[in-house]
Amino acid sequence: MSQSLLEVEDLRVGFAVGGRELRAVDGITFSVNPGNTLAIIGESGSGKTVSCRAIMGLLPAGTSINGSARLRGSELIGLSDSELRRYRGSDMAMVFQDPARSLNPTMKIGVQITEAITTHRKVGKAEAQTQAVELLRLVRIPAAERRFHEYPHQLSGGMRQRVMIAMALACRPKLLIADEATTALDVTTQVQIMELLLELQSELEMALILISHDLGLAASYADEVIVMYAGKIVEQAPAAALFGRGGSVRMRYTRALLDAIPHMERAAHSALPVVGGRPPDMTALPVGCSFAPRCGSAADDCLAKAPALTEHAPGHKWACWHPCENGVHP
Amino acid sequence: MTGRHAMGSSPNGDKLPAGEPLLSARDVVQEFVVRERGGTKAGVVQAVSGISFDVMQGETLGVVGETGSGKSTLARAILQAPRPKSGSVVFRGADLTKLSGSRLLQARRHMQFVFQDPFGSLDPKWQVRSIVEEPLVAYRTSNRAGRRKRVDELLDLVGLDPARYAKRHPRELSGGQAQRVAIARALALSPSLIICDEAVSSLDVLIQAQVLNLFEKLRGELGLSYLFIAHDLALVKQVSDRVAVMYLGKLCEVGPGESVYREPLHPYTRALLDSIPSTEPGARRASATIKGEPPSPINPPSGCRFRTRCPRATDKCALEEPMPKEMAPGHLVACHFPLSEPAPVGAASASADTTTGAPIRSVLARGTTPGAPVRGRPPEPP
Repeated sequence: MSQSLLEVEDLRVGFAVGGRELRAVDGITFSVNPGNTLAIIGESGSGKTVSCRAIMGLLPAGTSINGSARLRGSELIGLSDSELRRYRGSDMAMVFQDPARSLNPTMKIGVQITEAITTHRKVGKAEAQTQAVELLRLVRIPAAERRFHEYPHQLSGGMRQRVMIAMALACRPKLLIADEATTALDVTTQVQIMELLLELQSELEMALILISHDLGLAASYADEVIVMYAGKIVEQAPAAALFGRGGSVRMRYTRALLDAIPHMERAAHSALPVVGGRPPDMTALPVGCSFAPRCGSAADDCLAKAPALTEHAPGHKWACWHPCENGVHP
Repeated sequence: MTGRHAMGSSPNGDKLPAGEPLLSARDVVQEFVVRERGGTKAGVVQAVSGISFDVMQGETLGVVGETGSGKSTLARAILQAPRPKSGSVVFRGADLTKLSGSRLLQARRHMQFVFQDPFGSLDPKWQVRSIVEEPLVAYRTSNRAGRRKRVDELLDLVGLDPARYAKRHPRELSGGQAQRVAIARALALSPSLIICDEAVSSLDVLIQAQVLNLFEKLRGELGLSYLFIAHDLALVKQVSDRVAVMYLGKLCEVGPGESVYREPLHPYTRALLDSIPSTEPGARRASATIKGEPPSPINPPSGCRFRTRCPRATDKCALEEPMPKEMAPGHLVACHFPLSEPAPVGAASASADTTTGAPIRSVLARGTTPGAPVRGRPPEPP
């Protein structure tokens, strides 16, 4: 296990809400190897963003974070903000969903990228500016010298996201977390940004964590996939074990996510297979499996006891008492 | 796209002549003047440039396009908010562009809108009951007791228990529930056409499926027609009888959903199809099939507006604007070199041509299958 870049073990994140504890992340364990892509998939509120923010140390003070997250062997959980700053930027960086809101609208993008460089590294202003133009070229922004002097509002959404990626790459991080980084973009732009991320990943030998609600994105781009529901990992496997020929999704929640995606082969006006209800109230989780109230195959044992995430096949873990049969869709 | 017009009948007429479209837009143009500081004219955004289409009774027409393609502007132009610069919008036999005041209001009550952000379109201080009741009050449909009964019916129809939800405020609802309230409000006046502008785009995939099924259920039960606008081609195809593809203010392709997907004729439609992430691993990754970004609508390219990004573009595309032509029954394309024909000699970049199966690939470290780019394939049923 020593070759893993990031090792997360039994990570728990809780917020105090109205006197009750909200367990946003409830004991998740995973690791990311250098140069690999991990996709964390889940609905809003499943804990996917919170877990990555906990690793980055970006959660508000007063949040209870337990467990362990080691980056190249050094523990991140429990570090103070100034200690974490050593890792942020240089070892790990994050790109967010909405580039329009992550950039300062009153500053030229060149200045913002230069600032990202000088914050983390001791370089002169002129040198930092040269590097900033280099970064704009790295993220394939045409006419980088001219764009350097432009404001965020002069750029399109895709271009702004490229600027965000440039800033995240300022110190050549070993781990890049992309939190729904392509969700707000058009499909054609999404493909361009994903390709850019993968090219940069191989050029810079970065590990990539893709946080998304889109299983299609995970299937297309990830090596390893984690599906989260109500703060827990419910299925974890290499992408090849889940999708396509020879692959099969076992946890019924993952199956439901996969079935609900509209796709081109489905006849128009056909009813989409749906699960009713919505994710559980995180302050009052059911005793048994948290997906049981919405699951069509739930039996008495599902309501009585929560299934643990267990490795049932090599590399393929799932938490379900009655998983989907191999190759059979009930 | 024939020039059928139906003028003169009353806006409140309930019966449409057989075969007459419910909504018929002809050469709709919408432009906005952009001004520099000081008020000097800096340019004209050509948001919608001469779009024509029909929506028949009980039919769903899907409109797909990227950000900035003018699809939302088109929807608003149909609603006359703001009025289009030119062109006609004939709805239930009346040309909305020629009506004003109370006659416009009366004509428009049969056309309702559902927007993307339910929380942005519901007043946060109002109870669900008042939100759904508002159109009934505005159009003075009945007395208080009658309205109350109607609100309960409407909430039932969209799958919300009136006893539980009528007294809630929007902040006490989830995104899916709030969108159901917005749909209930849109249904209040028994419209014949609902315009959905990215109505499910902000919802999680499971909730999105629930709301899409609700739209389908209502279509069957109430005989509704939809103009369904979204950027997601797969989603649009799921609910639509016909699909229209928009690029930079123009329609490039219109046809039955099935044939637009199986035999796309416009290179842009093909690019959109190729961009859909697939859960099929055999062709794990679609290479970026078109490069760059849409040009500015202030100064759109001459001729075909897609030519600057099109792998098949030739000199002809810059000189001549392609007119829509019918290649198969009901399947129209505005392209000089539709995909049903071999690629033209002297195309801009044959190597990037998606149809020849050799897209430009940048250095990718990991083992991906080169060759045929991904079509929007479905998840493999295991």
